[in-house]
Amino acid sequence: MDVIPVINFLYGIPVLGLAFQLVGYLVAILPDNSPTIMVQATPLALAAMTGVICERSGVVNIGIEGTMLAAAFTAWVVGIAVNPIFGNPAPSDIFGITMPLLISLAAAVGVAVLISALHAWMSITLRADQIISGTIINIAAAGVTGYLDQLISKSSPVGAGEFAAFQPPQALVELPLVGWLLNMFLNLGPIAMSTVFLVIGLQVWLFWSRWGLRTRAVGEHPRAAETVGIDVIRLRYQNVMIGGAFAGLAGAFLSMEATNSFQIGMTIGRGFIALAAMIMGRWTPIGGFLSALLFAVFLEISQLIKIAPPTGDLGQVMTSVPAQLWDALPYLLTIVILAGAVGRSIPPAADGQPYEREAAA
Amino acid sequence: MSAPAPAPRARGGVSRARVWSLVAVPLAVIVGSAVLGAAVILLSEPLIPGRQFDPLLWLTAYEAMIQGAIGDPQEWAALDFHSLVSTLVNTAPLVFGGLAVGFGFKAGLFNIGAQGQFLVGALGAVIVGVWLHDAPAPLAIAGATIAGMAFGAAWGFVPGFLKAFAGAHEVVSTIMMNYVAIQLLAALVSGPLKVPRSPQAITFDVGNAAFPVIPFLQPNGHLGILLALIAAVGVWWVLYRTTWGFEVRATGASPDASRYAGMRPRLITVATMTFSGMLAGLAGVCVLLGVTKSMTSSFGTTVGFDSIAVALLARSNPLAIVPAALLFGGMRAGAGLMQIQAEIPAELVDVIQAVILLALVTSPVIRRLLHADTRGSHGTETAASPAAEAAR
Repeated sequence: MDVIPVINFLYGIPVLGLAFQLVGYLVAILPDNSPTIMVQATPLALAAMTGVICERSGVVNIGIEGTMLAAAFTAWVVGIAVNPIFGNPAPSDIFGITMPLLISLAAAVGVAVLISALHAWMSITLRADQIISGTIINIAAAGVTGYLDQLISKSSPVGAGEFAAFQPPQALVELPLVGWLLNMFLNLGPIAMSTVFLVIGLQVWLFWSRWGLRTRAVGEHPRAAETVGIDVIRLRYQNVMIGGAFAGLAGAFLSMEATNSFQIGMTIGRGFIALAAMIMGRWTPIGGFLSALLFAVFLEISQLIKIAPPTGDLGQVMTSVPAQLWDALPYLLTIVILAGAVGRSIPPAADGQPYEREAAA
Repeated sequence: MSAPAPAPRARGGVSRARVWSLVAVPLAVIVGSAVLGAAVILLSEPLIPGRQFDPLLWLTAYEAMIQGAIGDPQEWAALDFHSLVSTLVNTAPLVFGGLAVGFGFKAGLFNIGAQGQFLVGALGAVIVGVWLHDAPAPLAIAGATIAGMAFGAAWGFVPGFLKAFAGAHEVVSTIMMNYVAIQLLAALVSGPLKVPRSPQAITFDVGNAAFPVIPFLQPNGHLGILLALIAAVGVWWVLYRTTWGFEVRATGASPDASRYAGMRPRLITVATMTFSGMLAGLAGVCVLLGVTKSMTSSFGTTVGFDSIAVALLARSNPLAIVPAALLFGGMRAGAGLMQIQAEIPAELVDVIQAVILLALVTSPVIRRLLHADTRGSHGTETAASPAAEAAR
């Protein structure tokens, strides 16, 4: 069977041919870069989980971006401080894990949980506007990390390094058809690899556990939930803080696994893109993960077009657009999705509404 | 349900308690933040390489910052007010930005996209300013300013429209618009707008379109400072003396009630975001035509974030935004000298700003006062009351 003439014919069709060329380009290039897609997807997916947990229990968390940034910074700084204490250990065989790396990871998650507790306090106890509370967390995280980074970077310190990716056996990767898929989910560091399991676990937890049922009840109708004896305030606190742990993982991933250091503003809006992924995924963990994957594909394409642009007519069209506009693509996609291009989605009924116990009369 | 939107408090009958709440609370917050800022300086001292611990470094830092912001008596004696003028230059865009964010708050909208609207406003100003660079100055200035306003307005219109007619939350969509603005600016400045054969990505100078320096405000106090003051009064007028302003405030207080009263909240949402974007665009115009006069691909300041702080500190009152902007303008103006004299990064201002914001939201006292101010309903709304509940 000879497909080349067919392909050439399809590519030659005016205008429509470009669409076929695009498909051909993506089929040719994406599988080779499948692990990178997962690297792009991981922080988005983890942050989307934060959004799912918080909003399912009725708290809007727009401060995910800042929480991630603070966690990324913490992971880096703690690594700098702790690494010499352990005598700058060499990376181990398993994911390059060292004691300083583990401590940094724990610190990052801890800081994220603390920041989320602050958000919970402001939005649940003080009943401050949740959007403002989250925004202030974003501004504060950008300000504090920027300030400290200026101070610390002067002596160009060395961090604790990074988690290494698992190398799947070559035979597995080269399997026809499924090899790239296996590579995508195996050629990863520990945080990215555990993301899939966390997402599945969260899905089960949210829809098949007592806690999940209660969480959803509190997010849909807190008054009713309270009448059957659920402590709304307590559950919301717990969930916002658990959500914070996910944001902490996402932040740590950026400075410990995707790269090995912190840069000012390195989250580049991922916390917000994750919220769009959460909405697109209809406030479900698996939906959020799949949406995050889609965003990751777009992030990856916007990079690949600069590195390996397609040939032929499509290449001419694509390279005539300035590279910076390709960088804007994921953000534009986020706006389109928010505007309901994928169908209207309905948030939990009590999402974003502070809860006030009925006065004991 | 709640009572109809309360009448505006701005006119007449200003009680002493009201003045107290307007002045005392921000003052307490500012002083408290300065103390915390000093603590941050003390704690971060060990991180400054090759420096002995100085328990009074915070004093040196604040001294330098204040000197950078207002100058010192020797300069004043020599009639040299360049520090004060530089504070005003830093203040002007913050007034526009604060008005933009504050106006949105009044309609229950959180325009966090002031940064993006600021950038495209400057972009509009530089495009038309370069084009008209040898036209007569009044024409060139007016053209560039209007272009900046139009660009900013367009950048605000998109999220406003999407919010009103597609339910896209304005907070996320405006932030996404910020990132798009950054990339658009970079693409244009290193592409079509770039000076040919220049090693650096920079546009031509705006020439005659540059804001003239006000004679009293040598060396660099430009027209934008005056425009900012006019804008503050103008926005106050629009909000409290026009029908549209009343509709904006009514929609912010209760979209449902305003709909029953025959207003159209969706159109008001679109109009508010557009107007807000236009004001933020003016902030960009102000920096571009007044300060930089050309654009590099790294054009950008902290105006966007600062504007949110200014609006919150002034509780969205257009007239109170001027002193709030002055505070941040002064800190930004003084931060440079502080960095030189005390080796404390200028980003300390960001930290102080963050503390101010946290204090504003968390202080129960302030919350109660704000609550008493915003509405007489059931106590779930606070501060600037954007539309968390009407969001989606």
